[in-house]
Amino acid sequence: MDENGALVNVIGLEKRFAVSAGVFSRVKGYIHAVDDISFDIPLGRSLGLVGESGCGKTTTGKLLARLMDPTAGHIYLNDELMGRIDLAEIRGQELKIFRRRVQIIFQDPYESLNPRRTIYDTVEEPLRVQGTGILVEREARVVQLLELVGLTPAASFLFRFPHELSGGQRQRVAIARALVVNPAFVVADEPTSMLDVSIRIGVMQLMSELAERLNVSYLYITHDLAVARYMCHEIAVMYLGKIVEQGETEEMIKNPLHPYTQALFSAVPIPNPRRDRVAIGIKGGVSAPIDPPQRCRFYDRCLVGDQFCHDNDHPPLEDKGAGHRAACYKV
Amino acid sequence: MKDKPILSVRNLTMHYHTRKGDVSAVDDVSFELARGQSLGLVGESGCGKTSVAFTLLRLLPENAQLLGGNVYLDGCDVLALDNNEIRKVRWRGISMVFQAAMNALDPVYRVGDQIVEALQTHFRGLSETEARDRVTELFPMVGLDPSLMDRYPHEFSGGMRQRAVIAMALSCDPKVIIADEPTTALDVIVQDRILDELRTIQRKMDMSMIYITHDIAVVAEVSDRIGVMYAGRMAELASAVDVFEKPFHPYTHALMNAFPSIEGEKQELKALPGEPPDLLSPPSGCRFHPRCPRRIEACHRLQPPFEDKGEDHFVACWNPREVGNG
Ligand SMILES: Nc1ncnc2c1ncn2[C@@H]1O[C@H](COP(=O)(O)OP(=O)(O)OP(=O)(O)O)[C@@H](O)[C@H]1O
Ligand SMILES: Nc1ncnc2c1ncn2[C@@H]1O[C@H](COP(=O)(O)OP(=O)(O)OP(=O)(O)O)[C@@H](O)[C@H]1O
Ligand code: SF4
Ligand SMILES: [Mg+2]
Ligand SMILES: [Mg+2]
Repeated sequence: MDENGALVNVIGLEKRFAVSAGVFSRVKGYIHAVDDISFDIPLGRSLGLVGESGCGKTTTGKLLARLMDPTAGHIYLNDELMGRIDLAEIRGQELKIFRRRVQIIFQDPYESLNPRRTIYDTVEEPLRVQGTGILVEREARVVQLLELVGLTPAASFLFRFPHELSGGQRQRVAIARALVVNPAFVVADEPTSMLDVSIRIGVMQLMSELAERLNVSYLYITHDLAVARYMCHEIAVMYLGKIVEQGETEEMIKNPLHPYTQALFSAVPIPNPRRDRVAIGIKGGVSAPIDPPQRCRFYDRCLVGDQFCHDNDHPPLEDKGAGHRAACYKV
Repeated sequence: MKDKPILSVRNLTMHYHTRKGDVSAVDDVSFELARGQSLGLVGESGCGKTSVAFTLLRLLPENAQLLGGNVYLDGCDVLALDNNEIRKVRWRGISMVFQAAMNALDPVYRVGDQIVEALQTHFRGLSETEARDRVTELFPMVGLDPSLMDRYPHEFSGGMRQRAVIAMALSCDPKVIIADEPTTALDVIVQDRILDELRTIQRKMDMSMIYITHDIAVVAEVSDRIGVMYAGRMAELASAVDVFEKPFHPYTHALMNAFPSIEGEKQELKALPGEPPDLLSPPSGCRFHPRCPRRIEACHRLQPPFEDKGEDHFVACWNPREVGNG
């Protein structure tokens, strides 16, 4: 463990993608998909990453799972098995252990499972790759996991194929596959957004329960704030590659500070026909993430921004009291 | 003192014929829509929402079999019209914003021209200038600058395309507009703006609206009345407030407790066991019975009738919750 007890420790993380007009043409600029972000995820706690489409959530998740290399910055994992490791520096045997300790669950249960493999093969594969146990042990472990995720009796699911399962059941298989190797950290990228209401809550509850029981932390990516409220201890709001606000979930929901967060939260429909929700304004349009000007990324859409915001660099993410951090000169 | 409804749907039943058997997508569905009213049609994926809309408009694929029911639009029996007559009803009588319609704009034509063409098809004799004037009027209503008329769809963001599609659906001044998941793929701030515009236009034009979605929070905001569908049938139909506050049907009640919200204190969510059925072989009796906490013996065997419990609150359930209506 490091000093502050964080499991994941992200410092100055950046990811840029080159943009060119055509395959052979010169680079026109860079998309700043993830733009100098820093955060910690304490052991056993989950961080929700929210924000509009294209703000850099998935890119952040892929960097943390080392499915992609950062342009700059560091990611440290403080794992009980591996000690403190810098993701950029792990190789060979260490990388193999890392692949076990950090898992990723994707949005689309229809695409993330191989259609030609049985459920048994799918869930057993990570164990086989890791060389964990002998066959009978692996079989027992697969059965145990299927029961854990509510696919019972496991025997009736083992030899089915993904197309023979419903969406909710498929996502349970994806969860079983992620958890079968005892990870410490799971990146869950919109794991329930394709599921229907009556199934979604079951999967959400399953994920929360398992996190607690198995002491797993999530980076929980979602565009649905109400879902983040139920799944995460903390929420970080991203806007154009930057974290603009971060804090304890209930504190964020009751007392959003950043003008973007305020607009975002106030736009969420409320399941109560008697409530007249008042949306907080934001200027139209979407600012481009390609070579953004050196000022607050939200300036072009902000209703409270002034000359100072225009003339200065993007504001730092600062503690505005009780660990609630916001990146805004006007807060 | 009830006004005559603008749209009246009675016992609508439509199945899809497939190699594996018949899909019972719309089964004995009834509802009414008053002038200027908005009805939210909610339900989970595959419960038949889009199929109901397609049946109303008679936009059915070849394997669809219309097995029964009536649809009256302003007194006119839509299901009895010939193909020529039904074409007039589409757009001018009932027009529809299709699910994922924002991807349906033709990429090679300017957005404005596509609406002008639609207008001229439906109002013969309308000059191009008049049609363009109409588009110039419509664009600001949906929050688009009229100068955008001469742009191509790829120059629009997802939200802008969705607005253009809504403008197109509004262009012929329909009596009823059906919006099928018009904001589902959009970011929440964009969704909020579009919902707001839709409501404003609907009220201003005194148009009736059927708003289809799986999102309970969205229907709460856009609907006067809500119809809850389950497995091809209408489970409950009532005013928005009654559906939320006094649901009779165990399924409606379960949905309400399974929907996370950021409003107020954090409520405990209750998962609903099981999954919606496959409509190739729906459960006998009440289609919800395998998942229902209140089922009684009759539920297995008999289809519960869709009955008015008073105050225009309809429910199909043998053992409804006691909600003290009154
Ligand atoms: N492989 C890539 N090559 C080039 N650009 C990319 C690549 N992956 C992502 N981007 C760009 O980086 C930005 C961030 O994308 P990312 O997928 O991380 O967003 P997101 O927040 O996950 O969005 P969504 O909610 O739509 O999933 C976007 O502008 C996207 O177009
Ligand atoms: N052309 C078709 N042929 C056969 N079955 C179909 C056809 N179109 C739809 N279905 C089936 O009919 C049922 C109802 O489908 P429908 O598209 O009306 O549902 P929906 O409520 O609109 O769902 P969603 O929320 O996913 O849009 C589903 O079981 C679907 O698989
Ligand atoms: S009819 Fe029976 S099974 Fe269906 S919802 Fe009512 S109580 Fe439940
Ligand atoms: Mg993403
Ligand atoms: Mg549909």
